[in-house]
Amino acid sequence: MTTMTDPEKGGFHVSQLLSDTRYRAYTFQAIALIALIVAFAYLGANLVSNLRAAGLDISFKFLGSEAGYGVEQALIPYTSQSSNWQAAKVGILNTLLVAVLGCAMATVFGVIAGVLRLSNNWIVSRIMAAYVEAFRNVPVLIWILIIYAAVTNAFPVARDYLGEDPERNMMFGVMAFTNRGVYVPMPVWNAGAAVVLAVFVLSLIAIALYRRHVTKTLFSSGRILPTFWPTLALLIVPTVLAYFIMGRPIGFDAPDTLSNRFNIQGGVQISASFIALWFALSIYTGAFIAENVRAGIQAVSSGQTEAAAALGLRPRRIMKLVVLPQALRVIIPPLISQYLNLTKNSSLAIAVGYSDITATLGGITLNKTGRAIECVLLIMLFYLAISLAISVVMNIYNNSVKLKER
Amino acid sequence: MSDTHAQSVAFVRDTAIPAAPPPARQRGAIRWMRENLFSTWVNALLTIAALVAIFFILRGILPWLFNGVWTTPSLTACREVLQGKVGGCFSVLTERWNQLLFGFEYPRDQYWRPATAFVLLFAAAAPVMFFNLPRRLLIITALYPFVAYYLIWGGTVLTPIVALLGFVAGYLAYAGLVRSSFATGFFAGIAAAALTWWIGGMIVSAIAPARPWLVHVPSRELGGFMLNMILGVTCLCLSIPLGVLLALGRQSRMPLIKGMSVVFIEFIRGVPLITLLFVANVVLAYFLPPGTSFDLILRVIIMITIFAAAYIAEVVRGGLAALPKGQYEAGDSLGLDYAQAMRLIILPQALKISIPGIVNIAVGLFKDTTLVSVISMFDLIGMIRGPILAASEWKGIYWELFGFAALLFFVVCYGISQYSQWLERQLSTGHR
Repeated sequence: MTTMTDPEKGGFHVSQLLSDTRYRAYTFQAIALIALIVAFAYLGANLVSNLRAAGLDISFKFLGSEAGYGVEQALIPYTSQSSNWQAAKVGILNTLLVAVLGCAMATVFGVIAGVLRLSNNWIVSRIMAAYVEAFRNVPVLIWILIIYAAVTNAFPVARDYLGEDPERNMMFGVMAFTNRGVYVPMPVWNAGAAVVLAVFVLSLIAIALYRRHVTKTLFSSGRILPTFWPTLALLIVPTVLAYFIMGRPIGFDAPDTLSNRFNIQGGVQISASFIALWFALSIYTGAFIAENVRAGIQAVSSGQTEAAAALGLRPRRIMKLVVLPQALRVIIPPLISQYLNLTKNSSLAIAVGYSDITATLGGITLNKTGRAIECVLLIMLFYLAISLAISVVMNIYNNSVKLKER
Repeated sequence: MSDTHAQSVAFVRDTAIPAAPPPARQRGAIRWMRENLFSTWVNALLTIAALVAIFFILRGILPWLFNGVWTTPSLTACREVLQGKVGGCFSVLTERWNQLLFGFEYPRDQYWRPATAFVLLFAAAAPVMFFNLPRRLLIITALYPFVAYYLIWGGTVLTPIVALLGFVAGYLAYAGLVRSSFATGFFAGIAAAALTWWIGGMIVSAIAPARPWLVHVPSRELGGFMLNMILGVTCLCLSIPLGVLLALGRQSRMPLIKGMSVVFIEFIRGVPLITLLFVANVVLAYFLPPGTSFDLILRVIIMITIFAAAYIAEVVRGGLAALPKGQYEAGDSLGLDYAQAMRLIILPQALKISIPGIVNIAVGLFKDTTLVSVISMFDLIGMIRGPILAASEWKGIYWELFGFAALLFFVVCYGISQYSQWLERQLSTGHR
């Protein structure tokens, strides 16, 4: 007598669709597929009848029509006569600008706070813990509004800087902090500037080549070549030489407080909303990054440090050759998802009137044209594209640092 | 042996000298400071810089805090009282206290209702949060949603009772039939609940009293911090089961189910919450049958719920992936079917691993409820930016209001994260 339950020979019964594990998966998937199709058909039918009742249709023609509103900050030429598509591009560039600058500054904040939190200086580590807890536990929207209120209320009005005998002097004579934003000098590129830039890029390449040469020498002959001073010299000397040889082609257009009686002329105005958003996002995300950095450093077991010390490595080399390579493997994946979070949180720009994609396309264009579905769809696609791109980068990185096991 | 030298040596000490105290530099506060504050030059500089920074921050904040004015009716009156001294006008908090907590439209004489619901929330949450309380207390948790709904929205008491009866009927049907198969019990439960609600709905609309005991408060009159609490608690409770389902779907071997779950989770996680709130505000109406009017708050709850569910699904997926494969195989070898293995073996362990992650999501979710102010709902931030800052008495006051909001959120979120750390210590059953 056998206890094996061989599948029954013979015909196929309908009841096997539910009871037999071989067929049940197909049944469930068929049910799910039908439910999905029915749900989409229902929603689509509602959409069609609603649109017909409202006399609307789905079309993206509104992107070509005149936007009819101005934006505070545009990186590409834009006037209120430009098209909605141009406004959307302005928004996309502004989102990317605040995201990139925010990620850079958040990394700086986060690394400093994360490292200092592990410092054996009691008071410094307490302060960093307080910073991390304070910013992680309060909504980023509140921080954006607080910093925006600080910029617009605590900074002086532009009038204080104007005239022959101003109430305030600009910082270093070129920077003015006003409640409408910060005015800084704008670089002016004259003929020959391209040569200076090219020399700068070439010197960066030279630095990379030199460092590779140093590593190679170290591995092949064991000789340690100096790196710090040659790098510094390569970075500065050729570019400065080129700058003076080409006859100082790069100038600065400083903010001018004399030519106009009502506002500061010239220079670049970094708007208050941009400063608030940038600073709030980076200090908020920095608190999260600090935790990642701390966790990453703590994840490297102290045995690694001790083993390196026993081999006779100096503390800086222990950090560079043993601890950091292992810690970075733990730090980088959550760091990248923090970058993604920062980019998504930059959509809160709408709360302080910074013209990012959500504020232009999803705010004013949506309200002026009434094209809710199209606008929201485009915004979602934009953010999806960004997050897909970032996860591709993350996967490539994860594969490159994965522990190679046999 | 002790008397070996008794004759040859004049004196031999036969007890140890008591240890001398360490030198003054090596003990007490001085030693602690030398080790922790001034161990190296860099550390000493950092310490001094930190102390200077703390000094300046306190010098700015303390007078503002202690000179604060709490009793004036407007900002101008407050500034008159202060006469140019540094001080906070906290009177905006006392004067607008009710608005900050309950919004500006909730009936004034009914404030006790949400306040009671808030207090009861602790009683309902306690059995879930602390495992050593008697399990029978979970009845309070199960009843709480209906009581809280009745207290906050009011109207006829029959509505929450019918809703509760539907759940009871569904549970009874499920418990009766689950022994034959999980799917049968599950669908029978849903059918029983739906039937009860359908019949009950007709009865309620037939016999509902014209003047209920508690006045009905429409959703658009909810506001203030109460709205943040309602959104946070409701969306969290709804998103956990949805998130677990999505995580199971993503782990499933059925390609269609898996594909649907992956697309849903990645789509929701790829877009900011604000765009989902835009969908709730302006797009969702296009996809509903013509003529249906859906509460904005309900639409927002749906959107925040699916947003949080996608994130919880990823946390739970991590928990599922962390379980050793042997657990799945043990379930199979015991002859359990999928539903039984999940319910009895996999999920209890996977959820235990994912609890800290879920609590993190809860903190994030609670913070994200402030975003509803962007689609012009009057939560705490919406109240501050809208009615309070627009009022002529309080135009130009920022620090007190935003500081209060930050403090309120900090207390709640910090409390939750401390609870999460405590829970993590409790749950670590010591496999190391």
